[in-house]
Amino acid sequence: MKVLKIATAGSVDDGKSTLIGRILYDTKSLTDDKLEAIEEKSKQRGFDYLDFSLATDGLVAEREQGITIDVAHIYFSTPSKSFIIADTPGHIEYTRNMVTGASTAQVSIVLIDARNGVVEQTYRHFFINNLLRIKNVVIAINKMDLVDYSEEKYNIIKGEIEYLSSKSEYKGQNLTFIPLSALKGDNVVDHSENMSWYKGSTLMHHLENLETHDINDESQTRFPVQTVIRPKTNEYHDFRGYAGKVYGGDLEIGEEITVLPSKTRSKIKSIHFFDKEYTKAKSGSSVTITLEDNVNVSRGDMLVKVAQEPTITKQLDATICWMDKDPLQASQKYYIKHGVNDGQAKVTYLSSIIKTDFSGIEENPSALELNQIGDIQLKLSKPLLVDSYKENKSNGSFILINPKTNNTVGVGFIK
Amino acid sequence: MNQNTIQVDALESEAIYIFREVQAQFEKPVLLFSGGKDSITLVRLAQKAFYPAKIPFPLLHIDTGHNFPETIEFRDRLAKELGVELIVRNVQDNIDSGRVKEESGRYASRNMLQTETLLDAIEEFGFDACIGGARRDEEKARAKERIFSVRDDFGQWDEKNQRPEVFDMLNGRIDLGQNVRVFPISNWTELDVWSYIKQENIEIPSIYFAHKRKTFVRDGMIWSAADEVVYRDEEEEVVERMVRFRTVGDMSCTAAVLSEAVDISKVVEEIRDSSISERGARIDDKRSEAAMEKRKQQGYF
Repeated sequence: MKVLKIATAGSVDDGKSTLIGRILYDTKSLTDDKLEAIEEKSKQRGFDYLDFSLATDGLVAEREQGITIDVAHIYFSTPSKSFIIADTPGHIEYTRNMVTGASTAQVSIVLIDARNGVVEQTYRHFFINNLLRIKNVVIAINKMDLVDYSEEKYNIIKGEIEYLSSKSEYKGQNLTFIPLSALKGDNVVDHSENMSWYKGSTLMHHLENLETHDINDESQTRFPVQTVIRPKTNEYHDFRGYAGKVYGGDLEIGEEITVLPSKTRSKIKSIHFFDKEYTKAKSGSSVTITLEDNVNVSRGDMLVKVAQEPTITKQLDATICWMDKDPLQASQKYYIKHGVNDGQAKVTYLSSIIKTDFSGIEENPSALELNQIGDIQLKLSKPLLVDSYKENKSNGSFILINPKTNNTVGVGFIK
Repeated sequence: MNQNTIQVDALESEAIYIFREVQAQFEKPVLLFSGGKDSITLVRLAQKAFYPAKIPFPLLHIDTGHNFPETIEFRDRLAKELGVELIVRNVQDNIDSGRVKEESGRYASRNMLQTETLLDAIEEFGFDACIGGARRDEEKARAKERIFSVRDDFGQWDEKNQRPEVFDMLNGRIDLGQNVRVFPISNWTELDVWSYIKQENIEIPSIYFAHKRKTFVRDGMIWSAADEVVYRDEEEEVVERMVRFRTVGDMSCTAAVLSEAVDISKVVEEIRDSSISERGARIDDKRSEAAMEKRKQQGYF
């Protein structure tokens, strides 16, 4: 069955958790014991409705404060599809967790409170979706029940988002606008009688019928070696397999490949998956490959098709989303993790902070603060094998790690 | 699909990728093995990740002493077949030495006592990565868990300050004394696990299948009366019922469900149609709304 990965985004109190709870309820995905717990808790709190956010806000602090702090992953399925929803926080201080949830999503749902329209967090989340190049974005205009299901309100918000979108350099996005009420259930699973002016799909109908594809689907083949498998048993005495995951296109037996960074040529001798051998490994599969020649390959090296080489570089230009309380400053050193490869990186130049409302940039800033997005240049301790993020998501992204705390402090998108 | 083309299921490939990252990034990983369906699935995935080499780390079982005998027998046989080292540490030892106090009464359970024994074992062997079979669909605190989840040297989970985990890059850098809990099947659902066990034809302990068992009912749940460790009041009536276990934890806190599912296909069907969640049969989680979160803060996996 097909799996669709969804991330929600939006400002505080615009009803992300409630929407997910509603979807679970209306698709009958909540088990009896969970539903019972929600009913009981809602009553305890004196609500005359079911507080669906109780289904997703799993931490004590979240329930105390009534906000989502970290990503919750919610799983459900309909007869035709399985869904994984990353319910991400709306608070600006937890933007890094929103990025965490959205980075693996195929669809992003940006919620907007119909009463408030487009607010600062909408800009930010819309911007991050564009930065991540998430192709399918649903703009869910929520709480329509509180604006008398006004078509005019809906059109104003739609216009604002379309204007924002026109200013983004990412043009490949499919925007879908759906007016709904998560609390009352309008246009979530069932069509709303209150908005006969809306002729589009309900949210669930849209998600069930969405054809998704990712940047990587069109990318060149990349096979970063995670680990070398050498059993050294009698049966497999000379076996030397390169284990990794295929990104982009596929790899075939007999195919000529280049081992990077050494640029050694060889041919694929065999493709193993557990106790079976295959002639071809498709994108997304975690396989083990052996080569015709006895070449030197270790973790972090990459197998690519001849004439499909990525850039080998000791310098990176990238857009970075900063996720740590300690600001990023020029001349600081970090560990860099690019796929399965590690190295050190020094920030040589912090060229700008990018305004997330698409209103331009601030040049030559002194630092990049938590949740800010900016352009930087990095000098690397060793060459990395990279593509631009536009061409290959996996090979075009990296993380920076603070060597003092070991925390992941930034995520970068290679230009 | 062409027999010779491999495009493994996304969840399986993701899990294998995670196993390989653990082996590459850590000095001393261990696979936490309880003999339950999730850890059995982990073992199969680990086999696949490193084949034709052996699984490059030992299995660790924190034995509460209240395990189903079928599970223990299964555990020992599996480790032998795989040729991997099996380390067992017993909660009973910590009870005997007085380090932890056993609960008493009708809701007594050793589940929580496991934490102390687990943390001792981590320290004893210097494990820096503990691979576990927890899934995000199990429970709402688990739904918040990262795939690489850093714990401090008290084993504590800082749930409000987790590392961002973007794309599939896993940051396993830690200070000495810290360890990482790794969850390769985070994104699997209960149904995914069962479907996989069926597809791969993986052997599992017999208690997962429907069988006749002496039972009694308390608080709307069915408990095994066949085992002395499960507390029972005299007036609680023992009846033979056709039951199976949906999760295999400590016997004292794992209830059975009425079932006719005698083989794996029937189990998959039953799970698909079930209107009760898996953890609905785990009494520990019902202690309070935050039972799991609190256990995890203290070092539970």
